[in-house]
Parts: sequence; structure tokens; C-alpha cells
Amino acid sequence: MPIVTDSQRSATRTQVRQAITQQNRHLPSIALSVTLLIAVTFTLLTLFSLLARIVTQAIPAFSERGASFLSGTIGSEPDKVGIWPGLFGSFAIGVGVLLIAVPLGIGAAIYLEEYAEQNRLNRFVVVNIRNLAGVPAVIYGVLGLIIFVGWLKPVTNGGTVVAAALTLAILVLPVVIITSMEAIRAVPMGLRDAGYGVGASRWEVTRDHVVPYAMPGILTGTVLALARALGEAAPLIMIGAITGLLPETSLSGKFTAIPMLIYSWSGRPDSSGGNIGWSNAAAGAGLVLLALVLVFNIIGIFLRNHFEAKRVGT
Amino acid sequence: MNGLLAVADLSGDPRRRAHDRRMQRLLGSSAFITIIISALILFVLARGSIDFLKSIGWDLGVLRDSSKAPGWFPRRERFDLITIVMGSVLMGSIAMLVAVPLGLGTAVYLSEFAPTRVRKILKPIVEVLAGIPSVIVGYFALKFIAPNIVDPIFSPDQSRNMVVAGLAIGVLVIPIMASISEDALRAVPSSLREASYGIGARKSTTTIRIVLPAAVSGIVAAFIIATSRAIGETMVAAMAGGRDGSGPRVLDPLEPGLTMTAAMTNAAGGTDQVNSGAPFQVLFFVGLLLFMMTMGLNVIGDRFVQRVRQQY
Repeated sequence: MPIVTDSQRSATRTQVRQAITQQNRHLPSIALSVTLLIAVTFTLLTLFSLLARIVTQAIPAFSERGASFLSGTIGSEPDKVGIWPGLFGSFAIGVGVLLIAVPLGIGAAIYLEEYAEQNRLNRFVVVNIRNLAGVPAVIYGVLGLIIFVGWLKPVTNGGTVVAAALTLAILVLPVVIITSMEAIRAVPMGLRDAGYGVGASRWEVTRDHVVPYAMPGILTGTVLALARALGEAAPLIMIGAITGLLPETSLSGKFTAIPMLIYSWSGRPDSSGGNIGWSNAAAGAGLVLLALVLVFNIIGIFLRNHFEAKRVGT
Repeated sequence: MNGLLAVADLSGDPRRRAHDRRMQRLLGSSAFITIIISALILFVLARGSIDFLKSIGWDLGVLRDSSKAPGWFPRRERFDLITIVMGSVLMGSIAMLVAVPLGLGTAVYLSEFAPTRVRKILKPIVEVLAGIPSVIVGYFALKFIAPNIVDPIFSPDQSRNMVVAGLAIGVLVIPIMASISEDALRAVPSSLREASYGIGARKSTTTIRIVLPAAVSGIVAAFIIATSRAIGETMVAAMAGGRDGSGPRVLDPLEPGLTMTAAMTNAAGGTDQVNSGAPFQVLFFVGLLLFMMTMGLNVIGDRFVQRVRQQY
């Protein structure tokens, strides 16, 4: 009598075939895959419905108003408003962040990665930077309100776009430092050793080898920081950005920025009158903000690719 | 000189060394500015809080409204902290109910299941979601989540309420939850997975019994850091929360509510407001409380992240 009967053999054969061709339905596996796919689908759906809602609501603002939506000033009638004061404010904030946060941030990152000894003080500095990155934006608003609007009034003229740029520069400084530190840390040690080997000083090695090599990562961090600064509204509310009337834009007067316009306009009720309601105006401003943020991301990716191609070439 | 090299010969041109030291001082001072920033934040918040406590005459009873209808009414000098802390906690909890399943699910899919091709497309999309400014998510809350999701399902009395704000804050922290957990999952060495496959475990078993437990400290870190962000989120809570600077203490999430952050922006208020007195100064006190809460969460979260780094 055979140890394995024919029926057993054929049963095993089908079992193995099913396992190999993945026809065996294992319920927990399917359940897990389905759950994960649902999660991913919901995440994507959220993003796409958000973009779709902004774009469809923004279309009337642009098709009816055209360029005057960009060049007009803010006011109390949704079909006459424009976002020029917001564009001006956001542009000035962007320039301020570039001028203040980027050099400071890269400098700090170079110091912490290239110069600083591993002692308690420097470890504390790094931990402190990590903590600063997690401080809510609204707290930076309090800081800006007291320091830049209050104490530094002779420099900033109070709640102006200069105070806003300083506040947001401080807000994104930890982001610039952390991303630059990561980029500098990724530079191979051999590059530095080669520099020291031919007698270069620490600063010469840093300037000529480490920073150029780390540039793609530093630039990506810079661009992300810029995008973050352009989208923040909470600190601007704290330091007194306005949303009502702003006849003229200047560096020394009252100011507003695109996110402030979206904040203010989306809260206003849509009257059934004109073709463009407040929600269309808010979506129009939102589309401009999204476009700016996306453009900065694309610039970042482009620069990174450019630098990487150059590095391979040399 | 006896023909031997001295230390001075090897240390190079003194001018170059002096330049190097100058650069070190310059770079070092930019690093230490961050310490000054932290000190200033603490100083500003602490000084403002003391001013606030002085102007309410150190009467801490004001901070816990014990009247029949307790609430946060700064204009009437009724600062019921429970109201705004509860608002933050309620909206934060709703946000995490959204962000944990969606964020963690996306992370597990990206790290364990997605083919390389899908991953290459999906990961940048999640990063785009992370870059969307919070005012835009606030707009989305008012013009999509409220009318199309919350109103039809729950039919609340007012279309701006804590559920709407909570869901939108959840959308905002999904990418944080997803990216930190994905880092943790990918840090699990593949030898663990291979060992599991080697003894005949399925992919689902390997994921649930091996990979997730191995990455648990990173996932906890993701949860804590995302919670901290949710509590600190301002714009969405101010836009969709439904209260303008004052409101009663409520437990029902379908009612409008006030977070600590929204209370702060409202206290800073309009442009021509007189910036003095307890109704204004309370923003420093709330700010200090918020600062300590988020800082505590961040420090604990960072501990967990470090633990992941040390493990593998």
C-alpha cells in the first residue's frame, strides 16, 4: 500500500499550483491590501478634490476679470477686487526670507557641521533648532508682534511688510538650517580630506568643495522654506496684516499678503448678485498661491538636476 | 634654524589662518542666533503672561469659569481655559482620527506594497499635499468639507463646527503622519522581512507581525509629532471652527468651537485695536501654554525618532 494515496497527491498538487499561481484566496491578505488601497485612494481623492475645488471656483474670477484680477486692489465688492496688494506683500516677504533666512541658515548649518566640536553647547544648539522647527507658527507671530512691530519700530515702522518678512524669515530659519545640515552631512569625507591634504584651510575646503557639493540639497531646502513662508498666514494676523482697504502698497505702510486675502475672503458670505462671489475671489487668490508654491518646487527640482548633471560632468 | 621643520612652518600663512578664524566666528554667530530666538520667544511669552496675571490681579479663579454657562469671553474678562484647551483637544482628536488611518495606510502601502513605478509617482504627490498652505485647506474646509461631507451626513446646526475644522486639520497632517512613518518602515532592515519570508510567512503576516512592530517607535513618533502640529494649527481652526474670539464651553463636536490658536489670533485682533489690558494680554498666556504643550510633544516625539536611528 502506497504511503501517499493518489487523492492526497492530487490535492497537494492543486494546493501547490494555487500557491504558485496565487489563486489561493487568503482572506487576511486581501483585507490588508484592500484597506491600504482605500487609505491611499482617500488620500489622493482629498488632494484632487481640493485642487479641483480651487480651480473650478477660480475660473470665474480669471475669465471675467482677466489681468485686472491680478493688478486690481482689495476692497468690499467681490467682482471688483484684485490681489495686487497681496502679490506685493508676498513678493516682499519672499525677498526678505531669501535675504535673511537663507544666508543665516546656511551659515549656521556650515558651522554646526564643519566647525563645531561635539560638546554639550553645540549639541544643545542642534536640539534647540529641532525644537524651534516644531514651534507653532502663531507663536512666531507673537514674537514678531513684540520684537519687530514693537521694539524695532524705528526700523520697521510698526506692522509693515518689513516686520512680516523678518518674522517669517525667523519662522523658516530652522527649516533652512536642518535641510542644509543634512545636505552638508552627506558630502563624502574624502572630499574634505583631499582638500586638507593639499594644505587648504577649513574655510577654503568648505567654500570650494563642501558647499558646492551640498548645493542641490541646500537649494531644495531654501525653496521649501520659501514656499512655506509664502503660505503662512497665522503670524501675519498676529502682526496686523490688513484685509479691508489698502489704497497703496509700500514698504513702510500697512500691508497684506495673498494668504491673508484667502483667509479674509473665504469667510465672507456669497451674495447672489454678481457673477463673481467672494468664494470665487478667494479661490482665485488660492490658485495664484498654489501656482507660486508649485513653481518654487519645480524651480528647486530643476536646479537640483542642473547641479547634479554638472557634478557628473566634472 | 637647524634645518628641521617647526610647527610654525606647517601651520601655514597666518593671514589665511586669521581669515579662517574670522569665518568661524561669523558662521558660529549665525548658529547662536537660534539660541537668542528661543530665549526671546520664552522671554516675550513669559513677560506677557506675567502682565496678564497682574492685570487680572493674580486671581487664578478667572481661568476656570465656574458660572452656570462657562465659556471663553475675554471682553467680559472670563478666561475659561478649559473651553479653549478642550476645543484644541477635540479638533486635534478628530484630525488624528483622519490622519492616522490615511497617513499610516499610505506609508505602509508606499513602503511595503507599492511597485517602484507606483512609488515614484505617489511619493511626490504626497509631498505636494505636504506643501499645500493651511489657508487653502481652510478654504477647502469651508467650501467643500462643510457643504459636501459634514452637512449631508451629520446635519449640524451651523456649517462651521469642530468636526469640519478637525477633518480639515486631519487633511493637513496626513503627509506628516505618512512621511515620518514611511521613514520608520523603510528603516526596518530587509533581512527581517527575508527571514520572515524564509519561514514561509505571507506578505500580510510579515507586514503586520514583523515590519510594523519593528517600526513601532517611528510610528509613535509620527503620531506624536502630527498631534503637536494638529494642536498648533491656526488658520484652519480660525476659519472653520466657527467662533469669533469668544464662545461657551461645549462638548459636542458638531457645535462651533474655539481652539487655543484661534483664541490667540482673535486676541491680537484687528488693526486699530488698543493693544492693552487683559483681553489682549491673555494671548501671551495662551501662547505660553501652547508653546509648552507642543514643545513637550515634540521632545517626546524626537526621542522616539532618535530611537529608530539607533536601532538600525
